[in-house]
Amino acid sequence: MLPAIIGGIVAATALLLAVGGYDVAAAARALVGGSFGSWYAFGSGTLVRATPLVLTGLSVAIAFRAGVFNIGAEGQFLAGAAAATAVALALGDASRLVALTLPLFAGCLAGALWAGIAAVLRSRFNVLEVISTLLLNFVAGFGVSYLVRGPLQEPTHIYPQTSTISLAAQLPRLGAATRLHAGSLIALACACIAWWVMRSTAAGFRVRAAGANANAAAIAGQIDVRRTTMRAFLVSGALAGVAGAIEVMGVTFALYENISPGYGYTAIAVALLARLDPAGVIVTGVLFGALDSGAAAMQRDANVPSVVVMVVEAAVILALLAADRIRIQPRAHAAVAETVIAETAA
Amino acid sequence: MTGGAHGVASEFLGATVRTATPLLLASIGEVVAERAGVINIGLEGVVLAGSFGALIGATHGGVAAAYAAAAICGLAMAAVFAVFVLWTSADQIITGTAITLLALGLTGTLYRSIYGATGALLTLSTEQPLSIPVLSGIPWIGQALFAQPPITYFAYLTVPAVWWWMYRTHGGLALRAVGESPRAAAAAGISPRRVRLLALLFGGLLGGIAGGMLVVAQAGTFAEGMSSGRGFVAIAIVVLGRWHPVGVAIAALVFGAASALQYLLQALGLALPYQLFLALPYLLTLAGLAGVAGRVLAPAALARNDEELA
Repeated sequence: MLPAIIGGIVAATALLLAVGGYDVAAAARALVGGSFGSWYAFGSGTLVRATPLVLTGLSVAIAFRAGVFNIGAEGQFLAGAAAATAVALALGDASRLVALTLPLFAGCLAGALWAGIAAVLRSRFNVLEVISTLLLNFVAGFGVSYLVRGPLQEPTHIYPQTSTISLAAQLPRLGAATRLHAGSLIALACACIAWWVMRSTAAGFRVRAAGANANAAAIAGQIDVRRTTMRAFLVSGALAGVAGAIEVMGVTFALYENISPGYGYTAIAVALLARLDPAGVIVTGVLFGALDSGAAAMQRDANVPSVVVMVVEAAVILALLAADRIRIQPRAHAAVAETVIAETAA
Repeated sequence: MTGGAHGVASEFLGATVRTATPLLLASIGEVVAERAGVINIGLEGVVLAGSFGALIGATHGGVAAAYAAAAICGLAMAAVFAVFVLWTSADQIITGTAITLLALGLTGTLYRSIYGATGALLTLSTEQPLSIPVLSGIPWIGQALFAQPPITYFAYLTVPAVWWWMYRTHGGLALRAVGESPRAAAAAGISPRRVRLLALLFGGLLGGIAGGMLVVAQAGTFAEGMSSGRGFVAIAIVVLGRWHPVGVAIAALVFGAASALQYLLQALGLALPYQLFLALPYLLTLAGLAGVAGRVLAPAALARNDEELA
């Protein structure tokens, strides 16, 4: 199934490029060369871009599993990036341990808080989280714009960005050959923990049960559905926030507008292609990281607009919807719900 | 500008109407879709596709061609959404997100391939304002409301037209029935799938025209991603307007006024960061949703796919 989908999408993209009058062969060479072509391209391009995608992908996967439509990973990413930058700048030349952990923690917290707004709006005021998280994405964007042109702007007040964070707050490189940084290990660890929690712990079971069939979970499983989904929502936000913090501390070293090229939206494709499985997110995150990195090379070397990646992402989602009939909404998971009831009864 | 308070008020109202009308068009279309039980988050993509269509239309023809192309592009995006949601029972939210991504990618790629990577600033033939005699002479509000491009009057007219159709015709009754209970509607001989398809296409049509309006009546040019969240805002406006055409019109005006507040406050000489004013309409919308959504019921079948949709 998967090879057929990928083959179909590759063919469709090639067709789109051919129609647009681009050199398809050159584009393909640049795409492969810029993603898997060399160790440098793989480390500095693919894996560096995969890091935020794995984390935001996990964010979306956990939320969707819990039946929460968090489309706000983008805003939570920005909140995390802004908070991490602010804390790192405030700390200045603190000791290495403090300078690394506090900004990461701040990013985590800011992401969770940003998601928390939508979580409260949903649980207290019945506001669809789809709408609130989308609106909050825009608010976060304006917030970052304000910070980098206002209180956090670099001292000369020329560029709309912050100063560079201190060396102590910059995540260490993994080897001198590439720009790969320790943040990728954090993403990997998060994915492994999330996989284990969702698969083997009571909390993970509650999340899956609440997302699969809220009524069955509440009645047969004695699960506090509201608390479970709200916690999953906050964890989802925290993961996206950490992604933002890591992007600042490992890649950009400063905050500026458009720091995210839409990681929060790509994350939806990453999570869905992984069938919402945290372990799978590692693979699909790297795949989309390769796509992003290859597309950048394509724009550079073959003059093909990199936005074509969005068409590919959309095609991936639509192909999966059609082929798999993925349905995350509670009532559509009758089979899962039955398993849950059976497991609970046993 | 006549200067003084009158000038400021006129500018404020003008900005209100300018922001509100594309939102009004898009959300009136979305109201119809949502009353049939379908939420199209892809509206953002529909609006953007409409903008791009208008660019193509305006460069090859005139204003009329621009709106026709905008409507067709909006219709096409809505049709893709409809096929996935109605025929493969794909999840509405996820499909809608994919449609938005698709529109962003397609319009960006095509724009750069047709108009070059630099995207040379294009200036297109734009729609000229048409003053309505007598009405445009009303003091304070006349110029702002009735000296507008013709498409604005079209937007005004969709409100009573859709209201009348929705609440006074058999077609409107069928639409609302499908939105509340597709099964009951099917039992009464209505095809829920057909009703939803037509509702979605109508939403795509108006959403596309709304996007076209951004190009032809306002910006006079196209920029990548120029819908910049208006489709998402339109969906929020539908909730704020309690799924009712008149409520939607009021909500769109309130959002427009909140956006236009920056002109008013700038005129007062308040030195607040401009990003606050940009964020204000979104924050007010969130606050409004918190006030409204808890008390008003959405169409019962909203965002649900029924397996036996006939």
